[in-house]
Amino acid sequence: MSAAILEARVQSALATTIILLFANSTALAHGFAGQRFFPATILTDDPFVADEISLPQVSVNPPGPDGARATDIQIDLSKRITPDTGLIIGDQGQRLKPSGLPAVTGLGPLHTEGQYQLFINGPHEVLGLLGLNVTWAHTGRVQALGAPDFTTLSPTFNFGKGFGDLPRSLPYLRPIAITGNLGFGFPTKTESAGVPNPTTFNYGFAFEYSLSYLVCCVKDIGLRSPFSQLIPLVEVAFTTPINRITPGVTTTGTIQPGIIWAGPYFQIGAEAILPANHATGHGFGGVVQLHFYLDDLFPRSIGKPISEWW
Amino acid sequence: MRRIMMVFAALAAVIGVVPAGWAHAFLDHASPAVGSSVPTSPPVITLWFTQDLEPAFSNVTVTDEAGQTVDLGNAHIPQDNPAELQIGLKALPAGTYTVSWHVVSVDTHPTEGTFTFEVGHG
Repeated sequence: MSAAILEARVQSALATTIILLFANSTALAHGFAGQRFFPATILTDDPFVADEISLPQVSVNPPGPDGARATDIQIDLSKRITPDTGLIIGDQGQRLKPSGLPAVTGLGPLHTEGQYQLFINGPHEVLGLLGLNVTWAHTGRVQALGAPDFTTLSPTFNFGKGFGDLPRSLPYLRPIAITGNLGFGFPTKTESAGVPNPTTFNYGFAFEYSLSYLVCCVKDIGLRSPFSQLIPLVEVAFTTPINRITPGVTTTGTIQPGIIWAGPYFQIGAEAILPANHATGHGFGGVVQLHFYLDDLFPRSIGKPISEWW
Repeated sequence: MRRIMMVFAALAAVIGVVPAGWAHAFLDHASPAVGSSVPTSPPVITLWFTQDLEPAFSNVTVTDEAGQTVDLGNAHIPQDNPAELQIGLKALPAGTYTVSWHVVSVDTHPTEGTFTFEVGHG
C-alpha cells in the first residue's frame, strides 16, 4: 500500500470518527430498542423522543352522539432538546358540522408536551417515556368549536414492548409489538359555563405486527420493498372521567385498525375510526397521516438535538 | 378535499428532491436467508442492506448453539457494493447458527440485528 493511499485512508477514518462522535445521539433518534423499530403511531402517543413532524394528519371523525361531524387537519412537531428530552407542539384546524346547522371552522386548542426518555432496553425491546402534556386554554375557538376555556395538565407514561425475545419456537409471534400510554388529565378549572370539567384517566394501546421485523430477524418469506416495510396495527384509546362526573357522561374512545408504511425518510399511515360505544358516536370515519423523520432528512442540522446545534 | 390533495402533492414533491439513499440501514436480505435451512455448510454469509455502510463501524459475527464463534473474523464490505457485508465461515456441522450484525450507515445512523439459519436440514 502506498503512503498516499494509507494517508487517505487514515484521513477518511478520522473524518468518519469525528462525524460519528458528533452525530452519535442523532443516530439514536427514532423509535429503536435494539433491533426493534417502533413506528410513530397515529392515535396513541409514542414511547420515544424524536425529531419528527406529522404534516399533515387529516381526520374525518365519525358523527358524535348529537350527529355533529368534525374534520381535522393536524400538525405535530416533535423535537429533541437533548438526546433524552424532547418537546412536542401541535395544533389542528377543525371544521365542525352540527346536525342541521351550518358548518363552523377554526383552530382547536394548542397542545404541547415535555418528554423524558426514561429507559431503553435493547435486548428485550422495551422503551419507557415520561411526559407532561398541556392543552392550553383559549387557544382555540371556544364557543363555536367547543375548544376548552381551561388548561389541562396531563402527566403520562408511554411504553413500548417488542416480542422479539420470545422463544424461537414461536417465530411468528416475535414480530408483534405493543405500545401504550397511561395518564391523567387534570383541568385547571372545575367547571366551564356551569358544566363540570372532570379529571380523566386516559389510556391507549397500539398492537403492531411488523413485517420488516419478520423479514429481517425471524424468517425471510420473500417479501421485498415496499411490502416488507408494512406494519399492520390496531390502535385503541379511551378517556374515563373519574370525578365531577355529569350524569350520562361515561367512558369514550375509538378503535382504529389500519396500516403504516415506514420508509427511509417518512411514513404514511391510514386507519379507520370506529367509535367504541354510543357515547363516543356512531358510524365510522378515517384518518391518514404523512409523517417525516427529521433526523433522517437532516441528520447533521435540524435533525440533531438542540443541545448539539453548537 | 382538493386542498388536502394539493398539500399531499406538494409534500410528495418535497420528498422527491431529498437526496437519494436510505437513512437507517435495514437488513434487506441475506444468504443464507434469514430463518432458512441449507443442506451443507455455506463458505460465506452475505448480508445486503438498504443503505451504504461505513466499513470502520460495521461488523458481523456468527456463533453456534454453544455460543462459539464459527466465522473466520474477516468481515468486510466489498468495494463494488458498499451496502453489502460479508464474512467467511468455518466448515459448519449440522446445527443452528446465529448471525449478529451491527452496522453504521454512511450518514451515521447505527442499526443492529440477529437471525438464525440451520445447516443440515435443507
